[in-house]
Amino acid sequence: MILLRLAFLSLRNRWLTALLTVIAIAVSVALLLGVEKVRNGARASFADTISGTDLIIGARTGPIQLLLYSVFRIGDATNNISWLSYVDIAKRGEVAWSVPLTLGDSHRGFRVLGTTTDYFKRYKFRGGQTLTFTAGREFDDLFDTVLGADAASKLEQKIGDRIVVSHGLGVIPQSEHADKPFRVSGILAKTGTPVDRTVHVSLEAYEAIHIDWKEGVRTPGLSPSVATVRKLKLAPKAITAAMIGVKSKLSTFELQRFVNEYRQEPLLAIFPGVALQELWQIVGTAEQALIMISAMVVVAALLGLATMILSTLNERRREMAILRSVGASPRTIVGLLMIEAGLLSLLGVMLGVALLYLGLYVAQPIVDAQYGLYLPIRPLSQRELVMLALIVGAGLGVGLLPALRAYQMSLADGMTVRV
Amino acid sequence: MDKVDFCWPGTNAFEISIDRLAIEPGERILLLGPSGSGKSTLLGLVCGIAVPQAGRIEVLGRDLAAMSAMERDRFRAEHYGVIFQMFNLLPYASALDNVLLGLSFAPERKKRIVTYRPPKEEATRLLAALGVSGPLVTKGIAAKLSVGQQQRVAAARALIGAPELVIADEPTSALDKRTQETFLDLLFHQVAEVKATLVMVSHDDRLARRFDRALDLGDISNVRQEAET
Repeated sequence: MILLRLAFLSLRNRWLTALLTVIAIAVSVALLLGVEKVRNGARASFADTISGTDLIIGARTGPIQLLLYSVFRIGDATNNISWLSYVDIAKRGEVAWSVPLTLGDSHRGFRVLGTTTDYFKRYKFRGGQTLTFTAGREFDDLFDTVLGADAASKLEQKIGDRIVVSHGLGVIPQSEHADKPFRVSGILAKTGTPVDRTVHVSLEAYEAIHIDWKEGVRTPGLSPSVATVRKLKLAPKAITAAMIGVKSKLSTFELQRFVNEYRQEPLLAIFPGVALQELWQIVGTAEQALIMISAMVVVAALLGLATMILSTLNERRREMAILRSVGASPRTIVGLLMIEAGLLSLLGVMLGVALLYLGLYVAQPIVDAQYGLYLPIRPLSQRELVMLALIVGAGLGVGLLPALRAYQMSLADGMTVRV
Repeated sequence: MDKVDFCWPGTNAFEISIDRLAIEPGERILLLGPSGSGKSTLLGLVCGIAVPQAGRIEVLGRDLAAMSAMERDRFRAEHYGVIFQMFNLLPYASALDNVLLGLSFAPERKKRIVTYRPPKEEATRLLAALGVSGPLVTKGIAAKLSVGQQQRVAAARALIGAPELVIADEPTSALDKRTQETFLDLLFHQVAEVKATLVMVSHDDRLARRFDRALDLGDISNVRQEAET
């Protein structure tokens, strides 16, 4: 194929500009695919965060807000549910199981979740997987704690180590529950969910460390010793939220209505899946914007390609005259320039894909550690392949511009070399 | 060529009319004229790249105007060899590639060679006959060759596959006196070998003695040219 060979030789002769053009396309392609990968990864890890739970209940607020603080540990609850209300709901006939959740304290930036041991059985993620322990087991002493995978590795904690929990999210030293340290009893396997960054304690422990606290401050002189606390009956007065499983899916709506219309206090029950969808729609706008931006970068790179070829046309008039003289038709010259554009976009796309996978390979552990976002390294999806084919097609398309210009020139010039 | 009128499309600045020009097969003819006398346009007409608005151009017994643009391109590829004044070669390809380019669009011409020799060998032989040999042929790009060497490679490309018609547009004007002589000797020798018709245009009437016939363009054509604005 003489045209392909000529296009290749011609490009090799202008390798620097050609290389820069290819790199520009490659970077834009890597960016576009990267956004796509991150988007899919984010969507997947979003949707994978919670499964198997039919309802989440909490104090009345927005559904997304409830989802955010109860599942994603983002933001704070404005109000609690009283323990009595929780028990009232939990003992209803529709309810198969329920897990109370109490939030509010933290340990060096990691949220502390007060719950029951049922949590480790009932919390499901990524299509029904349950939590597993890499070391130790669930808490059974009052001052035991179970660490999420990231919390354990960041804090460099192992089984038997002692940690001190802080009140609220502040890092003010005075607000530490220093008198009641916890012993690490178990460490959870990595899940790619907010559980990884959570410190789990029992509901009773939450009560115990707050026994001398009133309205968010410690009451001086009232701080009982660990031994005294152990003797007390530590019934929780309130919880932040609860996960509910129902016996029959059909009764979910009925239970939801019951909770939403609960007389004693204003409560809210949400379907986690529906709330996730709503949340994703909000994030989706930003996602669309990102895709638009990266698509624009690709367009810019392709325009650069057209510019690059156009700018060489004048000096290549003699080349075209030569080709005409040996019998090439003006169409052949159009073909030559199109092949050139196609070849450059193809190389750009291929290099871009290589860049993407290299980037993924390097960034995967970092992104996972920093943002808890797991980006799987998978072969290109069909959608992505279609996108790449479209880019090469668009490359050929913009190649048409200089090609048609060359067509006109070669018709006008004939075999005369006009320099 | 009979009663040909031509002006470049889209412009009225240049018009050429040729009443009659006949060139016999195997003839070597020199067309003389200063620049602006319509030399390039005449060659464009002969090569079938430009099509006259009126009149008839017949080459090797075929009417160029009766062919489609594609057919003319193909016809040119099969039966013509063209040498320009300078910038004859694709600067990024090797000398050998440039010679073989002459066959790229001419399958018949290529077939003629293949019957007795692979095209590559024929190209190398022709280059050697024209005084280009050794590493220059395949190694390095044409842009690195001297102007004299480039013209010889161009001649080899024009001659490969023994075309019936060799068109040369001032092929020696970029060469110095001595290279000019050598180049013309080699060219004439090879043209005689393949029994081609040679049409050369030049402004240099000292070349006339080598040709069967020398014509002044002014005698055979009328050119009307407007001052460019």
